[in-house]
Amino acid sequence: MRNLLIGGVLVGLVVLAALLSFLWTPFDPVKVDATHRLLGCGASHWFGTDKFGRDLLSQLMVGARTTLYVGVVAVGIAAVIGTPLGVLAGMSPRWLGEFVMRANDLVLAFPALLLAIMFGAVFGADTLTAMVAIGIATIPSFARIARSGTLQVMSTEFVLAARAGGRSRLTIALRHVLPNISGLLIVQASVSFAIAVLAEAALSFLGFGTRPPTPSWGRMLQESQELLTVQPRLALVPGIAIAVAVLGFNLLGDGLRDRLDPRLAARV
Amino acid sequence: MTLSVAGLRVGSLVRDVSFEIGAGERVGLIGESGSGKSLTALSIMGLLPEELPASGSVSLHGRELLGMSEKDLSRLRGDELAMVFQEPMTALNPAMRVGRQVTEPGRIHGRRHRAEDLLSAVGLPGTARAYPHQLSGGQRQRVVLAMALANEPSLLICDEPTTALDVTVQAQILSLIKTSLPADSALLFITHDLAVVASVCERVLVMLDGEIVEAGSTREVLTQPKHEYTRKLLDASDLEARR
Repeated sequence: MRNLLIGGVLVGLVVLAALLSFLWTPFDPVKVDATHRLLGCGASHWFGTDKFGRDLLSQLMVGARTTLYVGVVAVGIAAVIGTPLGVLAGMSPRWLGEFVMRANDLVLAFPALLLAIMFGAVFGADTLTAMVAIGIATIPSFARIARSGTLQVMSTEFVLAARAGGRSRLTIALRHVLPNISGLLIVQASVSFAIAVLAEAALSFLGFGTRPPTPSWGRMLQESQELLTVQPRLALVPGIAIAVAVLGFNLLGDGLRDRLDPRLAARV
Repeated sequence: MTLSVAGLRVGSLVRDVSFEIGAGERVGLIGESGSGKSLTALSIMGLLPEELPASGSVSLHGRELLGMSEKDLSRLRGDELAMVFQEPMTALNPAMRVGRQVTEPGRIHGRRHRAEDLLSAVGLPGTARAYPHQLSGGQRQRVVLAMALANEPSLLICDEPTTALDVTVQAQILSLIKTSLPADSALLFITHDLAVVASVCERVLVMLDGEIVEAGSTREVLTQPKHEYTRKLLDASDLEARR
């Protein structure tokens, strides 16, 4: 319960910052202001400014947008492709299920960042290719979770009863399997979200993610690099933001798991 | 004949099982755990696990069921053929309201039933909006029974429907099965409880190690058992005391 609350608050903070940035930011996040370079934390610029005089708080807020955008799309791709694959693998004859899962292992064996860098090299590096690459790399974890959940549900008597009632495989998948594995999938989604946020930050840091001038937490980190010793604040601010988002989604996932898993819920 | 089973074989677990059930007949299938009772039931329904193929012949109103396509089978299941399972705790989908589950067999086979009507018929009015976990074991078994009977099947298979229930609830479920099964429906009642067989069935088949070792009218089998195993079963039960 505490996990859920803390996770919810942290994620809420990120979402709030992102939503607010559509309406208002303290300054224009991309406006270069040579007269206000490298200001420390203060009343007008709360988190100070970077080497181009851009307001850090404003960048952080707009960066939250990028972060969430990447998370939602990447997890969306993974869930939309991975879940049906997993359910299919769990419901189909053994050889087909095995085939799908071995293909799945093949994708799993491929590092997400490498895939994203490859995509960046081929299709041009920007937020979209990063999201798609992260999404594709996350498919296997969804497929696995969905398959193990499906196998569990398929062995229950109510599925046998459903088949005895003349229900088709598709109906059983949609009406009996999916609702009963949704808890697992929601937890997987929130954990994958955290991983996607981290991956996007890493890619932007490496220059394969969001392109300037669109603010992104990973790129803020990268730009802070050369001034790390003199202005550690520049790295700390986006670093803490990434940590907050990742921690938030992980805690949310843990909390939801405690809530949705009946065996664990009984103990709480 | 509503159901004819001839030379049914499932791996080495069910061997050369043959029997017939006519319209309106109530037949018991008894035997200990692992004797092949449930496999026999599942092969009639076409629900055997894929690694266990059945051979021989199972026909319903003269139509061969073994080897029938999954599509044709699913048209029969829940309509002509219905089954009630042993464990009412797991036989209902925990994520679906009872009312919706109970009308589903009807919807699939193109009939419209009111959930309230079906549930009232099994003594559960006003429960349509409940989820399975809000009902007791006996109530859930009533729901399962309502689902099985919704389309007035010509063959109902009950696989130990009362084993998981306590004695008073058992009696209620049994009388419900007896009263709500349409008069011309055949019943195959699987159990290891001889008292239950005596109260429900006219005819009984005794199964041991995958074979039917004795068959006859319930009175005959229970009073003058011919096979050694049936005698042992009778001795082990408390039926004598009640008679």
